[in-house]
Formats: sequence, C-alpha cells, structure tokens
Amino acid sequence: MKFTLSWLKDHLTTDASLEEILDGLTRIGLEVEGVDNPGAALASFRVARILSAERHPQADKLQVLSVDAGDGPMQVVCGAPNARAGLVGVFGAPGAYVPGLDVTLKVAAIRGVESNGMMCSARELQVGEGHDGIIELPGDAPVGTPFPDYAGLNDPVIDVSITPNRQDCMGVHGIARDLAATGLGTLVPPTVPSVPGEGPGPDIRIEDAAGCPAFYAQEVRGLANGESPEWMRRRLTAIGQKPISTLVDITNYLTVDLGRPLHVYDRAKLSGGLVARHARAGETVEALNGKTYALSEGMTVIADDVAVHDIGGIMGGAHSGVSEGTTDVIIECAYFAPDAIARTGQALALTSDARQRFERGVDPAFLDDGLAIATFLVLEYCGGTASAVTRAGQPPLAMRSYAYDPDLAETLGGLGIPAERQRAILASLGFTVTTDWQVTPPTWRRDIDGPADLVEEVIRIEGIDKVAPVPLPRVPGVAKPTATPQQKLERRVRRAAAARGLDEAVTWSFVSEAEAAPFGGGAFTLANPISEDLKVMRPSLLPGLLSATRRNVARGAAQVRLFEVGRRYLADGEHPTLGVVLAGNARERGWKAGKAAVFDAYDAKAEAVALLAAAGAPVDNLQVMGEAGDAWHPGQSGTLRLGPKTILARFGMLHPALLKAFDLDGSVAAVELYLDALPAKRGGGGFMRPAFAPPALQAVRRDFAFLVPASLSADALVRSVRGADKAAITGARVFDVFTGTGVEPGMKSVAVEVVLQPTDKSFTDEALKAIGDKIVAAAAKQGAMLRA
Amino acid sequence: MTDTDDLSHIRSYLPQIAEASSLELLESLRIDALGKNGSVTQLLKTLGKMSPEERQLQGPRIHALRESVGDAIAARKAALEKAALDARLAAETLDMTLPADAPLAGTVHPVSQVMDELAEIFADLGFAVAQGPEIETDWHNFSALNIPETHPARAMHDTFYLTQGQEAKAAGTFDERATFSLLRTHTSPVQIRTMLEQKPPIRIIAPGRTYRSDSDATHTPMFHQVEGLVIDKGITLGHLKWTLETFLKAFFERDDIVLRLRPSYFPFTEPSAEVDVGYTIEKGKRVIGGHPGREGGGGWMEVLGSGMVHPKVIAACGLDPDEWQGFAFGCGIDRLAMLKYGMDDLRPFFDGDIRWLKHYGFAALDVPTLSGGVGVAA
Repeated sequence: MKFTLSWLKDHLTTDASLEEILDGLTRIGLEVEGVDNPGAALASFRVARILSAERHPQADKLQVLSVDAGDGPMQVVCGAPNARAGLVGVFGAPGAYVPGLDVTLKVAAIRGVESNGMMCSARELQVGEGHDGIIELPGDAPVGTPFPDYAGLNDPVIDVSITPNRQDCMGVHGIARDLAATGLGTLVPPTVPSVPGEGPGPDIRIEDAAGCPAFYAQEVRGLANGESPEWMRRRLTAIGQKPISTLVDITNYLTVDLGRPLHVYDRAKLSGGLVARHARAGETVEALNGKTYALSEGMTVIADDVAVHDIGGIMGGAHSGVSEGTTDVIIECAYFAPDAIARTGQALALTSDARQRFERGVDPAFLDDGLAIATFLVLEYCGGTASAVTRAGQPPLAMRSYAYDPDLAETLGGLGIPAERQRAILASLGFTVTTDWQVTPPTWRRDIDGPADLVEEVIRIEGIDKVAPVPLPRVPGVAKPTATPQQKLERRVRRAAAARGLDEAVTWSFVSEAEAAPFGGGAFTLANPISEDLKVMRPSLLPGLLSATRRNVARGAAQVRLFEVGRRYLADGEHPTLGVVLAGNARERGWKAGKAAVFDAYDAKAEAVALLAAAGAPVDNLQVMGEAGDAWHPGQSGTLRLGPKTILARFGMLHPALLKAFDLDGSVAAVELYLDALPAKRGGGGFMRPAFAPPALQAVRRDFAFLVPASLSADALVRSVRGADKAAITGARVFDVFTGTGVEPGMKSVAVEVVLQPTDKSFTDEALKAIGDKIVAAAAKQGAMLRA
Repeated sequence: MTDTDDLSHIRSYLPQIAEASSLELLESLRIDALGKNGSVTQLLKTLGKMSPEERQLQGPRIHALRESVGDAIAARKAALEKAALDARLAAETLDMTLPADAPLAGTVHPVSQVMDELAEIFADLGFAVAQGPEIETDWHNFSALNIPETHPARAMHDTFYLTQGQEAKAAGTFDERATFSLLRTHTSPVQIRTMLEQKPPIRIIAPGRTYRSDSDATHTPMFHQVEGLVIDKGITLGHLKWTLETFLKAFFERDDIVLRLRPSYFPFTEPSAEVDVGYTIEKGKRVIGGHPGREGGGGWMEVLGSGMVHPKVIAACGLDPDEWQGFAFGCGIDRLAMLKYGMDDLRPFFDGDIRWLKHYGFAALDVPTLSGGVGVAA
C-alpha cells in the first residue's frame, strides 16, 4: 500500500517529521517497506524563463536560447519546436542527471555553438508522457525555484505492508487514524459533502443477498469525462498508478484514499436496470483487464437485462466501462460478502485492489458517505446532474461486543497499562467502551474477534517494545532428555556417516516421475509443481543424491561420497531413511597405494554395516540376502535383514540402466538404510550391560582351506563352520578366496580362520582335533572339502 | 711363570677388547679370556691348588681381573651394538615430507548442525523436540490454525497441493482432517498435533522441512523452519520476549543481542509480533548483535514471527483457552545458519556441491553441547 506524505497529511494534522512517521508506522504494526522521494532525483532542475530564441546558424531545426534560471542569462541550444522567448519551463544545468535520457548533462558544442544545459520535456524528467516539446509552465512560475518544489514532487512516497487483517489500513484515512491513536497528530475526519439529487435514483435490485447484502447507486447525467485534475493525477502517478480518465481516476483514488472501492457504469451501454445476482452456468464476461472469464454458478455478479457487467467486488466489465464519450453514468457503492469474494477470486485466479479490500471486509457503515464523496467528485470534475440515491439491501452493521478485562493486557500481553489509558487507546481507534468494559469494535474493524485482539490493540499502540522480558520458569529438577529415541538415532547415524568420510547433502523432497519409477514410483504427486523435475514425493533418497552426484561429476569431482538423512514418502507414510552414494574413486592413486581404485559393492556393504552398527543394530545377526530391487545391479547388490522379512538396508552397485537415466557412467555404489525398521533397544533402555569378564586363557586360531562349489555363498560356509561347536568357536572369518590354477572349474577355494576360546582349561591336542573334525564335517554338508 | 706375569699377560687383553672392531672379534677375545679354556678361566682354576695364605692373597686379584675383563667386553659389546643399530637406522631413512594418506573427513550439513544447536539450546529451557508429517491435511495446516478456506492468508502461503486431495474432492471422499492433501507450508501444524496428543504444560520445538511454491534468489520450494510452542498457565508476551532473547543470545553466543518486536498479524497468534534482531557491520559484513545505528551503521533484520497462541487454536485442540495460554514462534533454520555462519546465498544449501559442503559443513565430532558452546568457531 503506497501513499505520499502530503496525502497522509490530508487526513492527519501533524508536526511530526517524516522519520517520526515512518518509525511510528513500523512500531504500530504497519511495516514500512520503503520510502522514496521522486523529487530528490530532480533537485538540480530549476524553473527557468527563455529570454530570447534565435535561429541556430548551422541548423534549421535548432534554436539558440538565452535562458534565465535565476542566475542570469545562459546560452542553450534547443531543438524543441515550442521553444520561444517568454516561455517558462524546466532547465537542467551541466552536472544534472536526466533520468529519462540516462545522461548527465555537460557543457557541449552543438553544431559549433556552445550549449550550457538543457530545457527538458516531461518524458525526459519522467514526470509525464509529453515529449512533443519542452515543459511549459504558467508564466508566473517563480524563476529559479527548484522544479520539484514548484511541482510538488518533493512528496515522499511511503510503501507500507498491510497485514491481511487490517482492511481499514488499505486506505490512507485508516493509516492516519492509527497514527493519530499513537499521538502522532490529529485525525481529520473525511468531509462528506451533501449532494442534492434530482429525479429518481437508478433501477437496481438484489437477488443474491448473501453475496451482495447492500447495493447503493446514484446516477449522474450530462457529464464530460476528460483528464482528471492535476493533483489527483500526480498522486496516482506517485503511487505507481496510471491516470486514465476522471471517472476511472476518482474510483481508483477513493479506493486508496478511503479504502472504498466503487464502480462506474456507462449508462448508455446498459439495458434496463442492474441486479446483483448469482452468475448462471455458462455466462462469461470480458473484464476491464481485457481477459474473458467463464463464470460459475454461485459467483456474485452485477448484470443488466442482457449481460453481466461486473464480477461483483472484483472487477468491472469492459463493455460497460466508461470512456471519453461517456455522458451518463451509474456509480455503484456496494457491500460484497468477504467469503464470497474470496471464493470467486480464488476460482478465477483474479486479483484486484477491489478484491483485496472486499475480501478483508470494507466498512459497511461507509456506503452512503462513500457514494456521496464519489458523486461529489464526479460533479466537481465532470459536471452533470446527480439523481437521487437508490439503496437496495442492508449492509451488515451489527458489531459483536466483547466483555474485556483490562488486566488481560498484563496477564496475556505482559504489559500493565492503566485501565483508563486502555480506554483512551480503544476510543481513539474508534472502539466504544462502556463503563463496565463491554467493548464494541468500530464497523471498520471486522477483524476484531475477542479479547485477545483488544489486548493486541492496546499493546501495539502503547508500544510492544515496553513489554519487559520475563524469564520462563525453569522446570524443576535435572534437565530431562528432550530427544526421542528416533531423533537420537538420526543424530548418531548422521555423525557416524560424517565420521566415515561421507558428506551430508540435503536434496529436494520431490523428484521427477521418471526418477521415482525405478524405486516403485511416487505415492504422492504435486498438483501444482514448480517444474516436472520436482513433481512427486521421493520414494527413495537415491534419486536426489544421484542428481547431486551428476552435478559434482560435471564439476570435475574425482570422488563423490554423499549421504542424506531424510524421509521417503510412501503410501503408508513418511519413513526416516539414510541414503549413501559412492561414485568415482574409492581410493586416489598414491605414491604408496599405487593405482586409484573405484568403489565396489563391498565398499557399499562396509558403509551399510558400519552405519547399522552405529545405529545399534545387531550386525552379527543380520542375514545378507538378494532382491535389492530393480534399481540395483542384480549380481552385485543385496539386502541386510533381521530375520527374513525385516529389511534394514539395501546396498551394492546401482543398475547401469538407472545410472544412464541420471547421466552417470562408470560404477556407482549406494546404500539405503531404513531407520524406522531398526529394532528398539532391548532391555528398556537401562544402563546395565551384560556381565563380562575377559577369559583368562588365550584363544587359539586355526586355519581351514575348503574347496567349495563356486555358487556356495561365503556366508553359508562361515555359518556352518561357526555352528560346528558353538561352545568353543567364538569367531570365523573368510581370509582368502581363490579360483584358478589348482582349483578345478566350478569350484573355489575359501580359507577360513576360526577362533577357538577355551574356558576353564586349555584345549588338549585331542580336543582341538575333535573340534577340527566337527568343522570339516559341518562344512562338508555345504559341499565343502578340506583342501589337501 | 710368576703370578705377576700371568696377570700382566691377561691385562694386555683389555686394550684389545676396547679396540675390537666387530662383535665376532670381541667374541673370540671373550673365548680366549673367559671361555672354558680361556686364560682367565685357567687362572681361576689355579686358586684351588693354592695354600690358604696364597689364595687369600691371589684370590681377590684374580677375581678383580676377571671382572674387569668381563666389564670391558660388555661395554665394548654395547658400543658395537649401538653403532650397528645407528648404522641400520641411518640406512632406513625415508622422506618424511611425502604425503600421508589423506584423512577421510566427512561433513555434517549446516542445516543439521543448526538443528542440533537449537535442540541443545532449547533442551536447557526444557523444550522437547517434536516432529510431524510433512504431508499434511488442510485442517492441521490451515483450519485448526484459524486460517479458514477463504482467509486471505491462505493465498499468501503458496501451497503445494497434492493430486490425492483433488481426487478425493472430486470423488466426494475428501476429509479436511484426514485427507493428506498438501505439503505443510510451515511447521505450525506440529503445534496442533502436539496439543492434540499431549496434556499441558507443553514446551516443544519442532524443526523440519517446509514447502512453498516459491523459487527465486531468496526462496526455495523447500526450506527448513523451527517452531516453538509453550502452553501453560500464566504465560505472557513477556515470557515470549525473554525466551526469544535467551535463545538468540545462546545461538549467536553474544550478550549484546538487541531485539525489536513489531506488531504483526498471524491468524494463529494474538497478539502477534514479528521479531527483528539488530545487526552491525563488521569488516563489511552484516553481523548479528550490537546496537544498530551506533558506529558503523547496521540495522534490523527480520528473523522470527511470534505471538500468543490464539484462543481459537487452543480450543480447536480441545483445550480450554480460559485455563491454558501460551506462545508460539517460527523461524527459518536456513536463514539462521546463513546469519550465523556467513553464507550469503540460500540455493547452494540444496545443491549437494561437495566443494560447498566441505567448506560450510561441520566435522562429525563438532557436536553442539552447552558446556562446550553450541557454535563452531571458524
């Protein structure tokens, strides 16, 4: 909401400085977003008189002027056709910046004649459209005066952000009222002229009383719709509106001045009377913005016998809009129901200054006065004769009152304010307060909805900065943990991943449909995505990480180790997940390590197991199984499961087809860890650990090399070995896998180191041999033979 | 051979031992002197045949001789071994300027780090960390927060809607309270879910992802917010002010944090206030803290929206607004991170550029703690 300082001062008698006013606005909740003085840019231009004008000796279209800008004659070369002796215009001396030309003037020779500045056109100074010649000011304009002072351009434009509850401040008058309440001046009540009407008022009626409870109108005949007065054009221009014609400018002006939207119909374009009714199915209207809108049933419109002429309270129709030739008009001043306006505006995706005000609720008690002011301005600047006023319907004037306890300012607002001071603040804002504190808001404050709102009013006027900070009472006792087990788990795995050299990324929660497809597709689709790339909620963290990997590779990264902790969005809910992508070199080439090595599936497995261990999962009890899914390399991926059904993680190499879709080549390893699938800690979270004393006797290590079928998984062999003597065997680990010379095709050699832990006495040779036999026998059940 | 001759002959070993050039030579000298048939050993054997008087005279001399030879051999052996070790080590010299394996150091994202900082600061004030779904219902995201369907504030939220909601509307199965129809536009629905699930008193913060259909230099369609909520008896705007002041002082680790509350409007709080924090200019950069306007310029930066929870919101959650009141606030986490750690662009937060992550990320062990300070110094 923009207005100028002088405009504000029409409504507020004040000695306050601009700074005080700006500060006051922000302090009471009308946040100043900007202030701009258009006159400042033209400060060096002055009112000047052309003393003489001679033909340029070298150019037919140029003249050599002698110009007086208050400091005596200056020679200026000028090409304007209207430049002549005696003309009073606007002069820019060398050094002045001409905004419309984007040049800074300097002394120059033009066709051999020295020119000391420039007489300017309106467009050159960006004060109007005129560029046929230089600005012509009245003959008595005081020569030497800075042009902005003369033209009233030294009028700062203030831009205030109005919160959606304050419709009353969408008019300059309402802003003045708020400022007056803070003590920054006295509110000037609007002058409501008495407009004598002749003859019957226009034929109007209401059918849709819910959408348009009140419709007042007055006709003016025999007017002339020309250019609006200079002061009005200047103000509208200053706030960024384009002056159009007197009738249009008056409605725009009053919308900003008093927050009162109006509409003016060209009487000649109407057939019969006007009715506020529901739109009918299939009706359309071309609005003043030139677009045609298809209306749906239930929208409130103003129509005549033939067509719709106004999307009620939002935008008028083009057909009956006023033009230069308009002579007879109907001025509409109505009250449209906020909810109906909001629904229609949302449905049509059409916003306007009128909609903004009506949907926030205009002052229902200001219909007669608003109409009188509008008609008065029309008569004043367009002439003509006004009819009587027709009033259809009744605006909703009743205001609910609230029992208010002035102590609430302190018990809710934290600021003790004497009751009488509160009464005075409320009164200055237009509230009525009875002796027993029944408070009724003024008709323009339909946002007030209970005592808490009244607290806000008194606090914001008294000064919210006066509220003293009060320590929040400390919860007695020792601070309790405030994170849930799930949150603690996420923190742990995040820092564990970072400690393992992975970099945490945060990627979009939405991906493209194509990216989601290999992971089962997106269960949730945005109806209004920003782009097709960000359309469905991710079913996996990997697409986002792969896109980030691609960007990193494109930037020349030799090694990418990214992870993310975030949610997957599946049909059954949101699942906390950790994703890892490993791409490029697992190890850089080095003087010691030799050649670089790329990531393989076991790097992914190492991450998966390490992060599961950090998460507290029983990693020794996990089963490695296949079936990681379509996104993965079918032979180099797996799942880590707790029991056959609970998948805690997927890991391995990604499928080349998936990588191709992400423009990645080479091998990329990945892990996805399902944080909500992890079992809760057993033992109810007690601190006590199982009893343990390190064994007194030293463990014995024995190696076994087996020949096994190539298809036998290492895990199956090791499980058999471990199970051969559960009391004695505390560990078994594959330390070598070999195929090739000496191993027949279809077989492989797998070497296992077994750890045997004696308990109360050392193993005898016989005991060791017995255990070894059991191990060999157990392995044999898997098709393994001890290598000779 | 006289005793004296024997002894002086044996003494002549001593310089040979001292000059022995190798362990082998030293060993042969040892055998000559102290071996089974060594000259010292032979001399010792003569003691048994001596008369007691003679033995008393010769015994100590012969033993002393043996000892001195033994000591000389041991000393020379140690010297030769040390020289050999020194020579070996000298031969093993490596170029210590060659690079060691680079440490495998990952990073924690600034958003996560700041979330941990917030949790730590608010834990001290007794606030638990609450969470809620990011895919929300109309009711939780809007209606329960006193933002009815036709409220102008809804349009300001630039909501991402889901086709599921539209389909449910078309099919007539839409349930405002149960149909997950949009991406939450703020973390405020967690207020609602918390009040529905817990009995007051309530003190929570709710950090998380939020979404608005907005994309330009300072807005991303996904961003992070933290919500704060206190519901108790006798809570006032004064408590809110203190809490925010305390939080910002702890977060920026400066005592000269100056707040400016501006009356504002949020449908779910009343009274409402936007909170600006003063900044000053240090080395050409905006730094939170200090008094704006004092030397070096500065100004106010909007960091928070806040207010007293609207009685209608409390009532919508089934609590009696005459009994319970409290405050709520919301704050951008990405923005907090930028203000504290000096990033000047939001977009790289979500790009995953490892160069950016390495530069602005945090070491795994930099866990924010109250005792160690929640921030990580540059």
